[in-house]
Amino acid sequence: MDENEPITIEITRRTVIETGTTALLLTALPPAALAAGPSDGNQPPPPSATVTLQINDRSHQLTLDPRTTLLDALREHLALTGSKKGCDHGQCGACTVLIDGRRINSCLTLAVMHDGQSVTTIEGLAEGETLHPLQAAFVEHDGFQCGYCTSGQICSAVGMLAESRSGMPSYVTEDLTHPVAELTDAEIRERMSGNICRCAAYPNIVAAIKQAAGTPT
Amino acid sequence: MKAFTYQRADSTAHAAAAAAKPGARFIAGGTNLLDLMKLQVETPSELVDINRLPLDKIEETPDGGLRVGALVRNSDLAADSRVRQRYGVLSRALLAGASAQLRNKATTGGNLLQRTRCYYFYDVTKPCNKRNPGSGCAALAGFNRIHAILGTSDHCIATHPSDMAVAMRALDAKVETVNGEGEPRVIPIAEFHRLPGKTPEIETSLKPGEIITAVTLPPPPPGVHVYRKVRDRASYAFALVSVAAIVDSTRGRIRSARLAFGGLALKPWREPQAEEKLVDASADTATFGAAANAVLDGARGFGGNDFKIPLTRRTLHSVLAETTRT
Repeated sequence: MDENEPITIEITRRTVIETGTTALLLTALPPAALAAGPSDGNQPPPPSATVTLQINDRSHQLTLDPRTTLLDALREHLALTGSKKGCDHGQCGACTVLIDGRRINSCLTLAVMHDGQSVTTIEGLAEGETLHPLQAAFVEHDGFQCGYCTSGQICSAVGMLAESRSGMPSYVTEDLTHPVAELTDAEIRERMSGNICRCAAYPNIVAAIKQAAGTPT
Repeated sequence: MKAFTYQRADSTAHAAAAAAKPGARFIAGGTNLLDLMKLQVETPSELVDINRLPLDKIEETPDGGLRVGALVRNSDLAADSRVRQRYGVLSRALLAGASAQLRNKATTGGNLLQRTRCYYFYDVTKPCNKRNPGSGCAALAGFNRIHAILGTSDHCIATHPSDMAVAMRALDAKVETVNGEGEPRVIPIAEFHRLPGKTPEIETSLKPGEIITAVTLPPPPPGVHVYRKVRDRASYAFALVSVAAIVDSTRGRIRSARLAFGGLALKPWREPQAEEKLVDASADTATFGAAANAVLDGARGFGGNDFKIPLTRRTLHSVLAETTRT
């Protein structure tokens, strides 16, 4: 796809559900209107910047207002609306994606800062029709209610399991000099504290992650 | 967000020269800066991205300490085996801060430079001498539950939010910088952050364009390392009170102690007189109380944060009891 051209989407009921009406409306707005935060008054838009991102193993070249966060680039410029905007201030974790395998809040970073880097979003976790083990575990354990935080929870859990396997301690790790033998409920809860679930599906989220931790990912 | 121009620095000298211009700011992890830019608390006209500079190494120093590059991420510093074994107080403090996602982005230099989370600093419709010098301090007579009890002034009662810096204060870390002319400087962490006084808008001793290149940790002092953080929820919250302690004791007798406090002031707080009360003293409640009295001498509450005075006393007692148990 050439992202310098406007995204054209055939509007059916299904695409409206999949991409959300807001995304469709915003594609019709001038690019400056997509910049995050309060409006900028009468200032002219800054010179645009070009960035190449490897997203879910596909290369995308985007020309963006430098104010565009990585989250807005994904949602509004690439129609990858799986990553959610909750608080837009790094407090809720709904926007969590993986950059070169590490989990971050995509709302608190600029897309232009990630030129050449590899981004994995919730859309990139499944292999064809086969769900990622964490996705399958969330379904099996009913690790959600409304589902708004779920893509962030799952991306965060993917990063968390990789951290844990590489020996990263947490605040509740008793002895920092020893690798963590087991991801207890307390370890999982501490390591996932950057992902808020307003429905409080936490017990099922912990159960899903615990199950997936025992499965190679 | 206000419009800005973006450039990526390809050398430390280039970064320092570019950021010396009025309105220019460095961006590294960006987790605090972008948050504030969205609210227009920060309105830089130019961002100098330093993420690609080679400042991301942790190296041994000849004297047995560590030199931590300014761009080492908080998660990498916390997980480094040398830090975990020799500087447990620092590893634990880092792990107590923010969330895993934020620690993966946040840098060593940026953590030192993060701004206060005072509600009124964040609210551009309210007076704040730090954000808008001369406008007044809305926290003095406002909601001030999270505010400072030590080192305050009539102009500002904000706290510094970092956990990492509190541990570094206990470790007597040194901040290495380079300015736009390429001149290096070493700033002891005790002199890095400033108390508000009449100029709360001046937060550190850095000059315009001066860039942090590294933080050096002297060889670890002997003793048990503890970082205790007391907060409103069990994880992912700023400290109401925190204590970084390195206490060397044997059979109930304290040889030496280092104590630094977070959540109490606009800089990580250290009180030499409190540490002196502990040297060659018996590890008992009378000694701990004398140390707490020395820390809290001059402490002042502003209504909502009065509870921090007894909370500091109790947290210090608990930490000293824990570190002198063996």
